[in-house]
Parts: sequence; C-alpha cells; structure tokens
Amino acid sequence: MSLANNLSTSMISSSSSAFLAPTSFNARTRSVSVPLKSLNIVKCVATPQEQQIAYKTKVSRNANIAKLQAGYLFPEVARRRAAHLLKYPNAQVISLGIGDTTEPIPDVITSAMAKRSHALSTLEGYSGYGAEQGEKAVRAALASTFYGNLGIEEEDIFVSDGAKCDISRLQVVFGSNVTMAVQDPSYPAYVDSSVIMGQTGQFQKDVEKYANIEYMRCTPENGFFPDLSTVARTDIIFFCSPNNPTGAAATREQLTRLVQFAKDNGSIIVYDSAYALYMSDENPRSIFEIPGAKEVAIETASFSKYAGFTGVRLGWTVVPKQLLFSDGFPVAKDFNRIVCTCFNGASNISQAGGLACLSPEGLEAMQEVIGFYKENTKIIVETFNSLGFKVYGGQNAPYVWVHFPGRNSWDVFSEILEKTHIVTTPGSGFGPGGEGFIRVSAFGHRENVLEACRRFKQLYN
Amino acid sequence: MYKLSACCSMSCGISLPPKMILASLRVHKQGNGRCTNVPRNVNLEKLQNNYLFPEISKRELQHLEKYPNAKVISLGIGDTTEPIPEQISLSMANYAHALSTAEGYRGYGAEQGNQVLRKAIAETFYKDVAIKDTEVFVSDGAQCDISRLQLLLGSKVTIAVQDPSFPAYIDSSVIIGQAGDFQDKTGKYQNIEYMQLGPQNNFFPDLTITPRTDIIFFCSPNNPTGHAATRRQLQQLVEFARDNGSIIIFDSAYATYVSDDSPKSIFEIPGAKEVAIEISSFSKFAGFTGVRLGWTVVPEELLFSGGFPVIHDFNRIVCTCFNGASNIAQAGGLACLSPEGFQAIRAVIDYYKENARILVDTFASLGLEVYGGVNAPYVWVHFPGSKSWNVFAEILEKTHIITVPGSGFGPGGAEYIRINAFGRRERIIEASWRLEKLFSMGKSPLLTV
Repeated sequence: MSLANNLSTSMISSSSSAFLAPTSFNARTRSVSVPLKSLNIVKCVATPQEQQIAYKTKVSRNANIAKLQAGYLFPEVARRRAAHLLKYPNAQVISLGIGDTTEPIPDVITSAMAKRSHALSTLEGYSGYGAEQGEKAVRAALASTFYGNLGIEEEDIFVSDGAKCDISRLQVVFGSNVTMAVQDPSYPAYVDSSVIMGQTGQFQKDVEKYANIEYMRCTPENGFFPDLSTVARTDIIFFCSPNNPTGAAATREQLTRLVQFAKDNGSIIVYDSAYALYMSDENPRSIFEIPGAKEVAIETASFSKYAGFTGVRLGWTVVPKQLLFSDGFPVAKDFNRIVCTCFNGASNISQAGGLACLSPEGLEAMQEVIGFYKENTKIIVETFNSLGFKVYGGQNAPYVWVHFPGRNSWDVFSEILEKTHIVTTPGSGFGPGGEGFIRVSAFGHRENVLEACRRFKQLYN
Repeated sequence: MYKLSACCSMSCGISLPPKMILASLRVHKQGNGRCTNVPRNVNLEKLQNNYLFPEISKRELQHLEKYPNAKVISLGIGDTTEPIPEQISLSMANYAHALSTAEGYRGYGAEQGNQVLRKAIAETFYKDVAIKDTEVFVSDGAQCDISRLQLLLGSKVTIAVQDPSFPAYIDSSVIIGQAGDFQDKTGKYQNIEYMQLGPQNNFFPDLTITPRTDIIFFCSPNNPTGHAATRRQLQQLVEFARDNGSIIIFDSAYATYVSDDSPKSIFEIPGAKEVAIEISSFSKFAGFTGVRLGWTVVPEELLFSGGFPVIHDFNRIVCTCFNGASNIAQAGGLACLSPEGFQAIRAVIDYYKENARILVDTFASLGLEVYGGVNAPYVWVHFPGSKSWNVFAEILEKTHIITVPGSGFGPGGAEYIRINAFGRRERIIEASWRLEKLFSMGKSPLLTV
C-alpha cells in the first residue's frame, strides 16, 4: 500500500480538525540528501512517488490498534464539522455534538488558579512535583464533599487529569487478560481502550461489535437498564450513570441489582459518575451509596462538566481499599503503582482550581453553571417533544437522546448538519445499540441553543 | 505520600475457573467472600518493588521521623526548586482569568495540543531540522508520554534500554507485557536488552555486541549519568537503528542543559526521522515539574514494517487515552518560548548548572570519580566495590542528604550515586560542605577500597 494512501486515509479517519493539515503531505516531497554508510535504501527523490522507496522499520504495528475500526468518535465528528465549514464558510454552525462546555468558569475558581500561578513565581509559593495521587487538600475535599458519609476516605481518592485518561490507566492496571462488559450504547472510550489494551477480538462487521466484549443493550424497552439475567459474566463492567449518551439515570433499585450481580460474579464495576451533579431525580449519585459496593466497584469522576474544566483537565478516581483481586491483592495498590509510573500528577494549577470548586462558594457557583446547562437541556427536550419525537434523557444529564426509528444515525447526523448547520452526534458512534438515535448535547450559549431549536422546528415541522 | 491503611491481606483462596465461581462464592458469601474473581494483572506482579522515586520519598520521610530536627537536603528526586520566571506565571494567571470571560473561555482543546504552541515548539527546537508542528504532540509530561508510547507499541515488541537508565522505560515495559520475569541474580528483567554504559565505554553502548530489539530507549543528556552523546555516537546509533529496522525513542528532556556542541535533538542526525521518536519536557527546562507539560515528536516518515505511519497510531492513542495537556499549562509553555521567556528560563538553567559545577568540583576535590554535571543537572559518582543503597544510606545517615542509589536505575548503576543539582544555592553549598566533611580525611568507610 503506498505511503500516499496511508497518509490520506489516516488523515481522514482519525484526525480532529486542528490536526488536519491538508498540505502537510505535499510539503514533504522534496529531496533529502542522506549521507549513507549502510545502503538499506536508495535516497529519496523529489517526486510525489517517493513512497515507493520509503524506508520502513521492521517494527510490527500493534495488532490491537489495527483492530480499531475508525478514528475515535469525537475527532470524527469534528472532522465532519470542519469539512462542513469548508463547504459553507458563512454558515452559522451550532455545535451540539461533542459535549464541550461553553460557559465561562466562575471567578472564585479562576482566581484561585491565577493565584496559584503567581505563587509559582515566588520562593514560598513555588512547588515542583506534587504527589502523583494528588494534593492532600484536594483529596480530602473530594472525600468530604462527595463521599462524606459513605466511608470513602482521602487515601482512596486519586486526583487525575480527567476521566478519559483514568479509563486508560485502569485498563493498564487490568491488563489484557480480563473480559469486560459495557452498556450499549456507551461512551466510546471504554470499548476503544479495551481494544487497545488487547482484551478484545476482532470487530465483527455484521453485528458491529468487537468479539469478547459483552454489550449490555440499553433501550427504551428496558428503561435503559440491562437485563442482567441475560448478561454473561465478565471481569469488568463499565457502567455510566447518569448515562452518556442516553441520559438515563439508574435507580437505587437498579444499582443494588448491579452490585449484587457483580458480587455474585466476582466482577469489578467501573462506575463513571461524570454527570452525577446533573441528577434531578432522587437516584444515587455515587455507586458507593449502595451497600457492599466498596468491595466490587471503582468510581471515576470529572470536573469537566461541573466546572467547565474540559480544557483545564481535572478529575478523580476512587479505588476503595476493600476492593481486592482474586488473590486478595488490593486493586488500589496496583492503581497506585500505575499512577506513580505512568503518570506524574494533575497540574498543580488545575488542582488549585479544583480546591476552589469544592469551597462553599465554588460549589454554589458550579451549581449555577450546571443549572444553566440543565435549562438548555429542558429547552431541547421540549423542542423535540413538540415535534412528535420520542425523546429520552435530558432529565438527569446534559444529553438528549432522540429516536429516529428505522433510520441510519450517520445519515440523520448528515441531514441535520446539511440542512440546519447543527452538529450532533450519531447514536451508532456509541455502539450498535445507538443506531436509530441522535445525541444532542445541551452545552452551548443560550441564544445558540434557542436558535438551534428554531432550526430543528423548521426542519421537522 | 500514599499510604495504604490496614486492609484485607489474607488470600481469599484459590482463583477458580469462571463456571465454578457462583457455587464457591455462595459458600463464602456469609463469611470471607470479599475478594472479587478478577485476576491480578500478571505483568504488575512481575514488578519488583515500588517505583524508584516514591521509594526515595519514603526513605526521606523515615529519616525525618528519626531525626525530626535534621536539616535534610534533598538532592535525590530531580525536583526543580527555583520559582518560575514571572512573565511565564503571569501569562498562566492571565489565561486563567480569561477563562472567566465569554471571549476568553475555552473548553476542550485539540488532543494533540494548541496549534500555536505546537508551532512554537517546532520553531524553537526543531527549526534547523524541519520538524513540522503537525509532528509535535503536546502532553502533560515525558513520563506520561513514555507510557502512551508503550500503549502504542503493545506487548509484542522488544526493547533495549541504557543501563543505567530512567526507570520509567523498564517499568512501563514490564507493565505493558513486553518483559519476562525479573532475575534476582542479574538484577534484570528477561527479554529486555540492557545496554551497559560506563566510563569504560565512554557512556555509550558497544553496539557491535548489542542484539537487535524493536525499540531502543536512549536518553541524552543522560539521566542518571549526565553524559551527552556526541554527534558521532548518535550517528552510530541511528545507523544501528536503520540497519536493524528499529525505532529509537530519544529522550531529550535535558537538551537545554547541553554546554558543548553535543546534539540537542536526535533529528540533527540525518536519517533519524525514519527511525526515531523524540520525547521532551518543560519540567527541567522551565520548572514545570508540577505544572505538567511536555511533548513528543513523531515524524511522518516513521513507518511500521507494513508501511503504516506510526504518527497515525500515536494520534489515535492521544485521542482515545488522553484529552490534551491543561490549557493553562500550555499558555505557560507558549510564554516560555517567547524570546523574553526563554531568556529568563536560561538564567534558571544556568543557576542549576552552576550548582552542578559546584558539586562536581566538590567530589573531584575529594578524589572521587565523578561524571556528568556538565551537560545535565545530574552528577554521577562512582564508589567502586560498594553497594549503592549502602552508600545512599550512609550519606543520608551521616549528612542528612538525600541522593539516589545508582542501582535504582539498573544493575549498571550498582556502584554509583546520583546527586541532582536542583536546589537553592546555599543548600548546594551546605551539602558540598557536609560531603567534604564526610569523605575527607578518610572518615567514611566508603572510601576505603
């Protein structure tokens, strides 16, 4: 396969818009004079056909990465958005695709980060390497704020640069010889990181699933909670609630059943609680509200959607000391080893911001921002309801899950983009269970959300 | 420091094949059935002990408990100590403030890094070797990038490391499953090629006796030995890689400490773009050890054996397993690369280099074999016939100075101690004075060989 094909394919399928540099390949076609002692290759010449004689190492490509079907979902959505803008340079594109926060971070939080930055220029305030597990004050504040009466302590909490990174670190802890289950549909990082880690077989095009992953179908029919009696045992169960993309929040009863299922099977739940503060109903916000969960669950969380920290980068993972591998070895010890070896702590400035988030003033300010996005969600839900769509989610999460029965979700995505210049996310990007659905995220300036809803009404009336 | 408080240390019995689980756990449910049935990752079981630097921290804490009034001087973990120049922290503060405004707010950045920063890195460090901004991936530091590169490469590649070397290369290799078991006798993991370095070979491996591996980790200026490979040596390395179809992962974290005309980037060597990845960091360059910023260069020309570009897969890893370096840190990085910022940082680097010179002089005047300290902020001292953990302990006990025992970097470091040059000038001078007292006049048993 020629190098030209390789590079052009690679640019189309896996790049975010910032990465895509259409001219980068052409810029390479100039002669390179290489003083060669060992003549493994002929020198490159200044023609576009140099790829015929391009030097190749003898290192085999990682077969696991080769299993991945396309680029990660969100860069793909970004790529389509960029392509659309090239086609319609004057279009007022509204992005309700990638769940990217849009509202400014409250002052109390950014002031703390600015203060920490300034302090780094002083003798008394300068700090170098921090504890890889996070600054003590942040760990303590997280414990008391979110897990106060749940028996989760400071040393069970590991501060990170975000849930997505933690998911991969957890996969590194688990290794390639574990099996996993995911909700279907689900946040793509669980499946993709599992493939990369070598836990899966090949992608099976007919069912759109990777072999060796247990996909737990979540649909309107089962209230977006899997029928556990039909789910095979796996070592690890990824579970996100409130859910991305469906917006469904598991009830206490459902989570109790999930914990029991994990206990019966000796499995570990990786519980993604990134949207917990969006909960409107009385559902559990932490898996550790369920008795017995400490012995079967890890919880991951993030400041991204609470404090608009999508770019600042801060999250945390809870690994209870009671969670043990089959030989009795504490999972937290291995997670700590990974954190110390494969990571070097979240940015100290971000952590200063996190601490401010957890002050009374900070918590109040975060609730205001969350409330703003929740109001956006309400507007979007009402719009699609009024248009006669079956709409899910939106009550406990900043995502609206709209059903387009019988339709291919990438087609719907393209149609919406083409006709209204609104970017959404096609449900099939979250797994085969997402086919026929579109995820509309509720992050955006109010006027953009209102305008988007106007355009939806125009399109679907 | 992370401390695991009392938890279940008893084994839950044998791990049973899946179909028997339900029955056995029911029996145990009332009693001790508290373990999951998830097997521990055997690769993590292979790791011999804790990562080196938390272990050093632990010893420091223990020492402080023993001598609460001791004025401990930390020349162990290579942690920067001097404040970040004001214009850089100001730019980070301004960026933070801007995040509270409608115009200045930013959400997710490109996972590969801010475009302007990528360009600035390319222009500052790679201008003469034509590395493009699209080949630069901004990260939260070299230690993290090393593991992401291991994820990229997978468990089926073989690696070579310098011996001694920064422990993250070996540890991450074991974790990802590339290594065999640790052999106590040799102090090495099976399946990893240890390329011995020492004064006898001018701190450059004898490549004529080095077997082929897929990947070669090479750090220059070197942590821990301080040696900067010469142009000639790097040409040999690139040739070796080209002959073997290997990929060099070149760690250039200390490039800005180079004092002579040693290459600062592997890409200064012709032909390197087709066989090398370069990782680097703002940590020791700009005092960003806590701020967290680094980068990795993956040239477009670097191809796997089937012709697939490595950059494509690295990008996939970055997009899937990472979400970009903190935007505030990146703003700081950009300020570091402005002419004024760079100049201010140079002054701090020179400060550490002067520290290194003082330490080198101290050890040399004591008649000890001392290496490094010229092109890197590390001084590598030889104590022939000794065990490095013993030397470490003796120095700590007698002078309250934390160093790092050379064997923590591999068996090739067995008789050496690494002393880093990060510290306030007065502490470095105080440390030198204490070391002089310890080692002069034959007061230390370590010198009687």
